[in-house]
Amino acid sequence: MSWLATLRVALRALARNKLRSFLTGLGVVIGVAAVIAMVAIGDGAKARVEATFAAMGSNMLIVMNGSSGGGGAMGGFGSLPTLTWDDLKAIQTELTAVREAAPVLRTSAQILAEELNWGTSVQGTTPEFFRVRNWGVATGSPLTQSDVDGGTKVALLGQTVVEKLFGANANPVGQMIRVKNVPFTVVGVLEKKGQSPFGQDYDDVVVVPVSTFQQKLQGGLKNFIAGSIMVSAVSADATSRAQSQIRSLLRDRHRLTLDADDDFSIRNLSEVASAQAEGTRTLTTLLMAIAAVSLLVGGIGIMNIMLVSVTERTREIGVRMAVGARARDIQLQFLVEALTLSMAGGLIGVGFGLGVAGWMARSFGWSMLIRPEVILLSVGFSALVGIGFGFYPALKASRLDPITALRFE
Amino acid sequence: MAALVELVDVTKIYRMGDVELRALDGVSLSISEGEFTAVMGASGSGKSTLMNLLGCLDRPTQGRYVLDGQEVSTLDNDELAAIRNRTLGFVFQNFNLLARTSAVENVELPLLYSGVTAAERHARAAESLGRVGLGDRLHHHPNQMSGGQQQRVAIARALVNRPRIILADEPTGNLDSRTSVDVMALFQELGRTGITVILVTHEPDIAGYAARVLTMRDGKVRKDVRQAPRRAEPQPENVEATP
Repeated sequence: MSWLATLRVALRALARNKLRSFLTGLGVVIGVAAVIAMVAIGDGAKARVEATFAAMGSNMLIVMNGSSGGGGAMGGFGSLPTLTWDDLKAIQTELTAVREAAPVLRTSAQILAEELNWGTSVQGTTPEFFRVRNWGVATGSPLTQSDVDGGTKVALLGQTVVEKLFGANANPVGQMIRVKNVPFTVVGVLEKKGQSPFGQDYDDVVVVPVSTFQQKLQGGLKNFIAGSIMVSAVSADATSRAQSQIRSLLRDRHRLTLDADDDFSIRNLSEVASAQAEGTRTLTTLLMAIAAVSLLVGGIGIMNIMLVSVTERTREIGVRMAVGARARDIQLQFLVEALTLSMAGGLIGVGFGLGVAGWMARSFGWSMLIRPEVILLSVGFSALVGIGFGFYPALKASRLDPITALRFE
Repeated sequence: MAALVELVDVTKIYRMGDVELRALDGVSLSISEGEFTAVMGASGSGKSTLMNLLGCLDRPTQGRYVLDGQEVSTLDNDELAAIRNRTLGFVFQNFNLLARTSAVENVELPLLYSGVTAAERHARAAESLGRVGLGDRLHHHPNQMSGGQQQRVAIARALVNRPRIILADEPTGNLDSRTSVDVMALFQELGRTGITVILVTHEPDIAGYAARVLTMRDGKVRKDVRQAPRRAEPQPENVEATP
């Protein structure tokens, strides 16, 4: 019996019980739809996490000051200045795994424009910062080395600050703002950066030269960096290498003995990123497991109905055997029926799942990502379910004795 | 003339737990080509077992069965299926047509298992239905046909793969007497074209249309009578009402 003829016989048999075939296939439809929707949403979430970490800066490490202590209360990292400007210079020049390093000094301040004011974070840094953070200027000009060298009173504004001080779509370049009563000229507006993985708004920031920051906004510590150092490694793979190079450099420079703790700390953001991605992956795996279980339940439904069908059609099987069907013809026929059910269910489920994922993405503002291999995999898996759960009923049908089958009432 | 069917000392024993049932007990029999044979007997006489063996649906416990020169009692299931497909045609008491399937598709069924192309299947099925006088009802479903018409569809199905033998198990059991005569007329006509019809019946009336009557009792052939068959006169075609 040819494949085409077998398929036609299967389709005809399924068409004879349309509602039943539909309900049986529905189990697989729901299973596959669940897989597709869950993976699309899960992949979307993962892609978004990766994108937000990429926005934070490429291959980034943060070196922070040590913690203060000794009085009983231990301050957090950064509470005791230990990093010096010479440390920064050494990191910038001496290490092979480091591409760029920039100091970041931070304070919060109320910014006054002509009419409006806005409380935000003011950062003093150097031009390297923008390369480490992968951050460009949307309008106006960037921060330059001569701004840092000369201690000029220029400022770059994040998009959120522009909006709050000058209104949306305004061009503040050339305008004057006051930070802690010091007038600054706005020379540029930064590109929109979005949110950090933890919901912090990157665009809610004012950036000024680090020299000006130290002289006009936050005095004190001359030789020490009252903030942190942002470092970018030469590549994504080099972050761990950069981390250990910085660590041994700083331990050396700070003359720490072998048994002494670090008086600084290094955060490897790519580690955080991969931890986050790992978390999403775990969630996706969990959701997929649930979806796979529902697919399995769909398969059991197919098996159940196929067994009923074999019993119902015992006479038909007997007739087919009497007119010359071999056992394997009968087996193939029922197997193809089960396969048709599950494949049709799988294909409908793919469409349905894409629809559901799209709908969820739209109504909850989630992102979704559809990978073709997921679709192929779930259709393949539903085919496997059809064959797996159709096998026993088909075998049972093929093993019927034609004489008994013909007499079956 | 060489025997088409040759049974030599065939015994069939069914075992049900400790009980041994000797359904056929040393039957020897030969049927020539074209010999319209009726098998009679009460229920339990072994006539159904004989039909199952002749139909290659079952194998004898002992003895030999030579069909068309080939020893078939030792063949495996697939080989028996091939013989049922090509050499034999079955007609049943309850027609055994597939429900919700048109006449022509029912008739095509044996051809599905002999590797015939779809176009040829259809042509041969239509031709076969024409031969039993249903050329105008190709696409009727069994539930749209009378019992006589359904049995003729079943006969067309038995004929479609050009068998040597047609085995009919109580073919008139579910038909009224006039329709039965029609069916017997059809069998007699097939016999004239060289097809060997073997039918099981418990009605002496029906057996009267056969050229040879075997009577069975207790698993043995008790009587083997050759007779001048009564001629079945086909009824006018239009008498039978179609629902």
